[in-house]
Amino acid sequence: MAAKAYAPLQVCLHWLMAVLIVATFAGGVYVAGLSLSPAKFRYLAWHKWAGFAVLLLVIMRLAARLRYGAPALPGHMSPLAQGAAHAGHLALYGLMLAVPLTGWLMSSAKGIPLVLFTVVPVPDLVAANPELAERLAFWHTLLAYTLAAFIGLHVLAALKHHYLDRDGLLFRMRLRQP
Amino acid sequence: MKKQILALALCLPLWAQAQVLDATASRLDFTLTQMGVPMKGSFRAFKAEVNFDPAKLAASRADIRIATTSIALPAADAVNEAKKPDWFDVARYPEARFVAGQFKQLAPERFEVRGKLTLKGVTREIAAPFTAKVQGKKLLIDGVLPVSRLAFNIGDGSWRDTETVSDIVKLNFRLTLIQP
Repeated sequence: MAAKAYAPLQVCLHWLMAVLIVATFAGGVYVAGLSLSPAKFRYLAWHKWAGFAVLLLVIMRLAARLRYGAPALPGHMSPLAQGAAHAGHLALYGLMLAVPLTGWLMSSAKGIPLVLFTVVPVPDLVAANPELAERLAFWHTLLAYTLAAFIGLHVLAALKHHYLDRDGLLFRMRLRQP
Repeated sequence: MKKQILALALCLPLWAQAQVLDATASRLDFTLTQMGVPMKGSFRAFKAEVNFDPAKLAASRADIRIATTSIALPAADAVNEAKKPDWFDVARYPEARFVAGQFKQLAPERFEVRGKLTLKGVTREIAAPFTAKVQGKKLLIDGVLPVSRLAFNIGDGSWRDTETVSDIVKLNFRLTLIQP
């Protein structure tokens, strides 16, 4: 029989990433609208560091998912609803990988290497190429908004389970079970 | 007529000494650090009148004129910014210039040049070590010079904050001179 909740590591990673992704997305939207200034350089660097952290965390998250699996979905859900839930989660994992990866690629293509916390240099993924950088910027933005949309759906679905279905689904993401 | 020939003959040795800059094999690059990230740029247009003879340092001269509008950086918005009054103010200061007449040998093929750098209307004496290597008819000059951008008011206003853009900018110069 499957466990009722995610493993503590998975729960911690979920909430840590939730906070980080919301902050990184908001910061990214804000910084994209700024004209060049010392503040833009600073916030852009923070955005890149946070995005890189998301990438590392999602890799840990996928490893944890493979190791611990996921608790079973409530029995009242139709096969279609269960399929939609799995597809949604798959999309979230894919987007959580794709958004920081396109950001990293874009930074490399712009000819601006990534240096974490001003001290740890990260290798460039591609050589500087302004045309490629522009295309990557488009994809990074599009994928980021798609991720935001999927997170919105994810939150709405979770709230529906909690308040309408009252099936205790949300407790899967709690450290201490009721 | 005789006088003119005489004048020409007198001028000839000077003219013959002048070294010609091979622009395709010469570069003026710089690296600045922004939030710990090294960012490379360059000046694409410059002229160099150099007469450098490792055997005759006292007679050696260098005069390098850089068109500040030829600045190149990884991003278009950075290039626009660099031309503004806070940075190079290219409208008022279209040219930067380095004039030097003092050379010193440090080691075999290693020298030091001392001269006056004028940037954005500010003139300061600077000294830069460099290497000079003879390759057939070519003289290859390579050097790195850390420069304080704030000493020349490059990056003024809010950009004076060195936490984001470092004060020290590393200038890399490579000049390929063709011997007469």
